Amino acid sequence: MALVLTDEQVMLRDSARGFLGKNAPVSHLRALRDRRDHTGFSPALWRQFAEMGFSGILIPEALGGSGLGHVEAGVVMEEIGRALTPSPFLSTALLAVSALARAGSDAQKGEHLPRIAAGSLIAALAVDETSKHRPNRITLQATRSGNGFALRGSKAFVVDGHVADLLIVAARTAGSLGDKDGVTLFLVDRSAHGLETERTIMVDGHNAARLEFNGVQVDADAVLGELDQGWHVLDGVLNVGRAAVAAELIGAGDEAFTRTIGYLKERKQFGRAIGEFQALQHRAAHLYSEIEITRAAVLKALQTLDEDFDQAGPIVAIAKARAGTSATLAVQEAVQMHGGIGMTDEFDVGFFMKRVRVGQELFGDANFHADQLARLKQY
Amino acid sequence: MTADLAAFREDARAWLQANCPPEMRRPSQTEDDICWGGRRWKFQSEAQRVWLVRMAERGWTVPEWPQNYGGGGLSGAQAKVLRQEMRALGCRSPLDSFGIWMLGPALLRYGSEEQKQEHLPRIARGEIRWCQGYSEPNAGSDLASLQTRAEDKGDHFIVNGQKTWTSYSDKADWIFCLVRTDPAAPKHQGISFLLFDMETPGVSTKPITLISGRSPFCETFFTDVRVPKANLVGALNKGWEIAKYLLAHERTMIGGMGDRGGTRPLSQLAAQMVGLDERGELADPMLRGQIAAFEIDEAAFRLALERAGDLFKAGQINPAISSVLKYYGSELNKRRQELMMAAGGADALEWESARSRDGALARGWLRSKANSIEGGTSEVQLNIVAKRILALPGA
Repeated sequence: MALVLTDEQVMLRDSARGFLGKNAPVSHLRALRDRRDHTGFSPALWRQFAEMGFSGILIPEALGGSGLGHVEAGVVMEEIGRALTPSPFLSTALLAVSALARAGSDAQKGEHLPRIAAGSLIAALAVDETSKHRPNRITLQATRSGNGFALRGSKAFVVDGHVADLLIVAARTAGSLGDKDGVTLFLVDRSAHGLETERTIMVDGHNAARLEFNGVQVDADAVLGELDQGWHVLDGVLNVGRAAVAAELIGAGDEAFTRTIGYLKERKQFGRAIGEFQALQHRAAHLYSEIEITRAAVLKALQTLDEDFDQAGPIVAIAKARAGTSATLAVQEAVQMHGGIGMTDEFDVGFFMKRVRVGQELFGDANFHADQLARLKQY
Repeated sequence: MTADLAAFREDARAWLQANCPPEMRRPSQTEDDICWGGRRWKFQSEAQRVWLVRMAERGWTVPEWPQNYGGGGLSGAQAKVLRQEMRALGCRSPLDSFGIWMLGPALLRYGSEEQKQEHLPRIARGEIRWCQGYSEPNAGSDLASLQTRAEDKGDHFIVNGQKTWTSYSDKADWIFCLVRTDPAAPKHQGISFLLFDMETPGVSTKPITLISGRSPFCETFFTDVRVPKANLVGALNKGWEIAKYLLAHERTMIGGMGDRGGTRPLSQLAAQMVGLDERGELADPMLRGQIAAFEIDEAAFRLALERAGDLFKAGQINPAISSVLKYYGSELNKRRQELMMAAGGADALEWESARSRDGALARGWLRSKANSIEGGTSEVQLNIVAKRILALPGA
């Protein structure tokens, strides 16, 4: 597969860019933040996502979706990154759909996927428990109880957990900390008794939640996939999320970079455009190189998820690490090169810096993925 | 189409398995393992000779060149498959040469039919080894200010001047050379592109010793060298265009150094040198992190090279991307060499022992410092990106 977008993918990119540029530019996020919106996103916009076919992008056509792949999902994520659009696209359309489609029974798929495609169900993946992403250290316990299980423990950094109707929760049902066997995924309704949700507004104006499970009772049919065998599914779903966030980071980084180049051409000091100074030219050219090289890795990761899903681990680690590092450099340079105005809240560039910090942390930062790659390569 | 490609892959794999000698499937240990070809080439082994002959017969020393010039006539997609299969089997490159990387592409684009017929098949078969006469003592980064003079004498030119940093000019059979044919014209417009035999009277060379000790570089002197007019490539005074085209190829090549099939992953080398701890992790945790970060960048860079090729085929490439690749690839290779030295510790400091293969690590490390100088410095590449891609003012 050539490392370029197909004509159809380019059309999708252009239509996503046009749609988000018109309906959800950075001012959209700013407005939601400033009015302390209780959801942090626009339900009306999410309905439009459904009409555009975005919310069902990974859902088979038979279940009401668009039946597209991860490259297409990444194309949309990159544009979301460019516009900084807050939406449940990542949590619901990519993470929850991947978990349901890969592990769900026909009944579970039939119940949830058409509703997600229609934009009427929001779902979230609850994995992390500590401040750093450590998916192999799940301690939330699910113990047998009645005809099902009782869940005890807590989750953190659950993206869109504050508005999700349905939670997909990784819990330990057997084995001990660090074991791959003994992890099980559960579907939990938001109204379940004993579930406490605390909305956590993040630095970038996006939202996540902390969840407390105080003996939440679920039926046996709430198990997603096989009992004790959830690790493999979870790992795959996390890779979907990592590659998607990498694409978003490239979008955000590239947009910050593009705006910075524009500013270098326009801003005059000492009687000339600051972009004439070689000190800035070389840093800009270096940053361009970093972004271009990362772009190749991200596209390869997305293509590998489509073509050889189970072998995607190393390239996803590479893509997420690179994207985190390159986008971080892009926003740091953006603020620095914009000077004083880059530090003001009134100017948009700070929003990119904040979003990139969140994206860097989400599903493992560059250090996590470097360590991950070293493990995969046995050193 | 995909089915054809799959069939091609099967055939290529079977042929490589049957024809690539086992000795040629081991990673290159030293620079001497690389086959450069040429009139005076002494094959290191019978396997090296056989491998070259077989690949050349098939046109696979230059897979994408047309068959009538000694190439394989493969499509870009087929050539990519061939490279993948060669890498999978660990096949060494049968022939590396400036003729393949640099002069060939320039001749295919700018050469006359006679020039193509005369030179391309000999490059493909490894019979003639070429060197590149570009840099001069006073024309480095500012290459277009070169002063080697070629005077028009009717049916021939008389060339006088000096080149420097001419790689392997003491071993090369022919030179492709930038010369000034119109000293009155603005500097970019009075340059021509000439080919001549290094055995022509008046040509002499002198090796340059680098900080790494041995070096492929020479100074090359021309005193009243007579070059037939037929050896002018392209139009008179239009050599700069060819030079630029060719530099783009050189950049991609240097940028891709360390990416040749058969190079072992840095992590494996480091594991051998530093050892693993009881958890199976590199015994030096800080170095482990640096190596992992390096391998991430290296893998991404490799994909960027692949993507540049795909973009080129799709007609979507900005030619200045070669500057990105040259810049990034050469800086990456320097980083690799620094990490090798760190992993090697005191062992890597030995300069003369047999154990250290005459200081191979240290010499490789020192040699790599030239990567970001030769073929246009990193700073020049960044200037090009700033100007041709970012369109920054005054760049």
